[in-house]
Amino acid sequence: MSWENSLPLLIFLSSFAPGLVIFVLDEEQHTLRTVLNLFGAVAKLAMVGAMIVGLLEDKVYETRLPLLPGVDLVLRADPLSMLFITLSASLWMVTTLYAIGYLEHAPNRSRFFGFFSLCVSSTMGIALAGNPLTFLIFYEMLTICTYPLVVHRGTPQAMLGGRVYLIYTLTGGAVLLLAVVGLFVLAGPVEFTDGGALDAVAAGNADALRWLFLLFIGGLGVKAALVPLHGWLPRAMVAPAPVSALLHAVAVVKAGAFGIVRVIYDLYGVNLAHDLGVLDPLLIVACITVIVGSLFALNQDDLKKRLAYSTVSQVSYIIIGVATFGLLGSIGGLLHLVYQGIMKITLFFCAGNFAETLGIHKVSEMDGVGRRMPLTMAAFTIGAFGMIGAPPTVGFISKWFLGVGSLAAESGWVLAVLLTSSALNAAYFLPILHRGWFKPQQGEWPEEHSYGRLETHWMLLFPPAITGVLVILLGVFANMPTGLLQWVEILILREYRL
Amino acid sequence: MINASVLYALAGVVLFGMGVYAMIAYPHLLRKILGMNVMGVGVFMVFIAISYQGPEQRADPVPHALVITGIVVAVCATGLALALATQLHALTGSARIPADGEE
Amino acid sequence: MFFDAAFWLPLAIMAPLTTALLLFLLPRRSGLLTVIGAAATIATVFLATLLVIQNGAARHTLGGWGAPLGIDLTADGLTVLMLALTAIVGAAITLYAHGYFTHPVHDATARTRYANFWPLWFFLWAALNALFLSGDVFNLYVTLELVSFAAVALTALAGKPAVLAAAMRYLLVGLLGSLFYLMGVVFLYGGFGVLDIAALGAVVTATPALAAAAALITVGLAMKTALFPLHFWLPPAHANATAPVSALLSALVIKGSFYILLRVWLGVLYPLGETIAPYLLMALGAAALLWGSLQAIRQTRLKLLVAYSTVAQIGYLFLLMPLLLAERNNLVALAGVVCFMLAHATAKASAFLSAGAIQLATGDDRLASLRGLMQIMPAPVAAFAMAGVSLVALPPSGGFVAKWFMLDATLASGYWVVALVIVAGGLMAAVYIMRVLAPLFRQVETVEARRVEHVPLSMNLSAFGLAVLAILLSFTGVYVLEILAIGAPWVTEAGL
Repeated sequence: MSWENSLPLLIFLSSFAPGLVIFVLDEEQHTLRTVLNLFGAVAKLAMVGAMIVGLLEDKVYETRLPLLPGVDLVLRADPLSMLFITLSASLWMVTTLYAIGYLEHAPNRSRFFGFFSLCVSSTMGIALAGNPLTFLIFYEMLTICTYPLVVHRGTPQAMLGGRVYLIYTLTGGAVLLLAVVGLFVLAGPVEFTDGGALDAVAAGNADALRWLFLLFIGGLGVKAALVPLHGWLPRAMVAPAPVSALLHAVAVVKAGAFGIVRVIYDLYGVNLAHDLGVLDPLLIVACITVIVGSLFALNQDDLKKRLAYSTVSQVSYIIIGVATFGLLGSIGGLLHLVYQGIMKITLFFCAGNFAETLGIHKVSEMDGVGRRMPLTMAAFTIGAFGMIGAPPTVGFISKWFLGVGSLAAESGWVLAVLLTSSALNAAYFLPILHRGWFKPQQGEWPEEHSYGRLETHWMLLFPPAITGVLVILLGVFANMPTGLLQWVEILILREYRL
Repeated sequence: MINASVLYALAGVVLFGMGVYAMIAYPHLLRKILGMNVMGVGVFMVFIAISYQGPEQRADPVPHALVITGIVVAVCATGLALALATQLHALTGSARIPADGEE
Repeated sequence: MFFDAAFWLPLAIMAPLTTALLLFLLPRRSGLLTVIGAAATIATVFLATLLVIQNGAARHTLGGWGAPLGIDLTADGLTVLMLALTAIVGAAITLYAHGYFTHPVHDATARTRYANFWPLWFFLWAALNALFLSGDVFNLYVTLELVSFAAVALTALAGKPAVLAAAMRYLLVGLLGSLFYLMGVVFLYGGFGVLDIAALGAVVTATPALAAAAALITVGLAMKTALFPLHFWLPPAHANATAPVSALLSALVIKGSFYILLRVWLGVLYPLGETIAPYLLMALGAAALLWGSLQAIRQTRLKLLVAYSTVAQIGYLFLLMPLLLAERNNLVALAGVVCFMLAHATAKASAFLSAGAIQLATGDDRLASLRGLMQIMPAPVAAFAMAGVSLVALPPSGGFVAKWFMLDATLASGYWVVALVIVAGGLMAAVYIMRVLAPLFRQVETVEARRVEHVPLSMNLSAFGLAVLAILLSFTGVYVLEILAIGAPWVTEAGL
């Protein structure tokens, strides 16, 4: 196997192997565990970087192992997978740092970081999967590896949240399995291809393909938290903050959304999906999800739950983008895949900091928190403005494309949905900002810890600071050469076969 | 047209059925074990009956060999069953299998 | 001679049989004898396997007599897969048993009784190998009984009254089943005059004699395989036996009688493939899957839960019967069934072995007492979790490969209801496996209050090793399909 062809596997192994080693480490081998974690994260980032450079030079990175008759286990780098993998590799790095600080004195750290690494490995597998079966394998592996993280605290609520999580995701996985096998029976061993892979079988099988599309969306929609399949997400909030951050920004929810993107662009092909008429129903579901998620978020006093419903809403922006037939909307959707991750992870980091430093879990306890923890609150503010879609944050860019895209596709009502959603976003985020910055502190903090000169532990403070700055920088320099926007434009042109 | 061989085979089938009935219906282990032996005898009788190939020809030797093997197996089975039954009797004072839930 | 697979076939039976006899004679040398015996058996089995894979199916005429009068041993792809499976799982259980039966928690009388495990287990191994190698229907009867006797004796080894009753019931059901089977063999011989499977396959036609034989054989073997609703004897026997024996029963012994059923239907009874019989078996399989899973979900004891899981998973074996028989070259369906046997054997053995380790260490097998054990005994817990992944058939695991083949076969033939049953079975399995795993994650207030016995490395190693194997089987689908094609069971020419 040449260097190029083993690179995708190595990227997977760079977190998988440390994960396995971490399991057998003693609780007290703190340093070794940290070194392994960070080494894996850095190595992964370096390999992803090398891969991006290689892809620009038209190199092919593909690992292929025989798995089942006619179907290989395929890990392949293409522009879309690079989008997702760059996001998850970078955010993993940041989250690892955060998690080390967050769990400094918590029990069962070996178990936690072991599954944490496996979780990220599965995400890498999902990103690099070159055919539906490979995708399914890592998708299910992600389900399994995330469960121990969700129930990590072992409390009754955690167990309940974990159970609900498994019921939803395993059922979704079973539906996805049926879709994958059904497609295999119908079309043989197809692989993800730019512009779609099913043109050969499309003639005469339109109805079968529509049913399969329904199964695919049904299976993937659970993780992507499409209404009404979103019920697990708020319950899974019992997980420790770094897990929530990862779940919402790069791993589980994003895996579902990414899967939908893959199915539409690289399996069916956006043109075929448009011809089959399956995009419009999906668009409607996504719009409902956007509105319903925001409405639920309004009433949550629990900060993490409010963020969770916000995720339900925001992830469907991605779906709106890909379900809008037209270049601009598609660009907006893919941009949001990346941007939502960065913004949401910032918000969850901040929520974790409030909880860990001051014992604040509820919005109603946040009065005056901006004076006690100004940096964290600043990062939170940036994230919130991003979610609302205010310039110059990245959230503005993706919403702009989505809005213009919906007009271009002559579905103006989608624009109305987007505007309503922005108003709702403002309605549930601005009161938090108001409380934090402008209201005076009421009595003691629920459970305050002191960390010396800084407002909180440095390992907790750095990650949201970094991602918060990114939210602005990427927004301001969105159109820089070889930047994200250009990458996405090239990608979308290939998907539309233009 | 019923000749001796068919009659013999039918008798074997009847014995087999009686054995099945005994094994299922009687709770006492000894009766069950006897039922099993009656079943076995039924099978062997049918086997012997089908070895008959007409008045002019010799009987087929293969079933005889098989029946002898079968008898050996049946003896082993009876031995094992009796050993277990005595053991059960020694431990529980009863030679019946307790129904589910009584254990 | 040495490069002919046929040379090694009888040795694969003789090696464990000789070991068993020596173990009866020299119980004090059991440590050394078991190591040598297991090594010899594994070596012969693997030589035979490799040679069959390389040179094709093999046939050994014992004593040079040859069918129809003599006894032939045959080995095709399916045979060697089963032989190899038995060797691998058997080796792991042998290792485990060394730690388990000599553990200090057992008192002196128990340990004396447990010494009988060794000859009985090697006797069982010999009987299983003989069963897989048998080429004629009567010889299959004899081996079936031999397997049964050894299995019953092993079950009774635990010595408690409950287990003796379970063993007794197991024996009686087994005898009932095998006499039904024998009666079916009588009808086959009466109708067609031969006993060799290959020879029978060449001459059978759909006559009343064949139908009677099919009914008797199927009922008898379904009883021995514990197919719903004839499964009632299995849970008490499998749950009350000692852990290594439970693993042997669930992983291998059940597969023995199903193997005969598969062989006889594919090789001999296939003219009845278009009748209602295979559909009936499919329906019972579906019922077993759903009923067994429900029962497993309701259990409050770990080993009973695993035993009911076996009742459920036996259902998978029967689900594809119509596919196997309607298109006799449906290799994908056969691969599904065989991969399932491989995956189930490794995963279920691992589940029983790890459950046994937990029970041995805590003296308790209630699900409620599993709380917080993850920190205290991570190795058995991890093994059980990985075995669980395979039992639920989540990827990547051997169970998933089997499920993939099964779904592929059913959807390709339009049996989408069966596909739904397969998927539902997986989800129900997830529920009962999580009933075990979830308490392990529960927070415990007093970790140090749990005092558990030390679990020897050999036990952890074998349970864990089998679990890893159950996961790694996910990469074997292609090879299983290739090996199965070697002298596939429906090759009907007599004498190959």
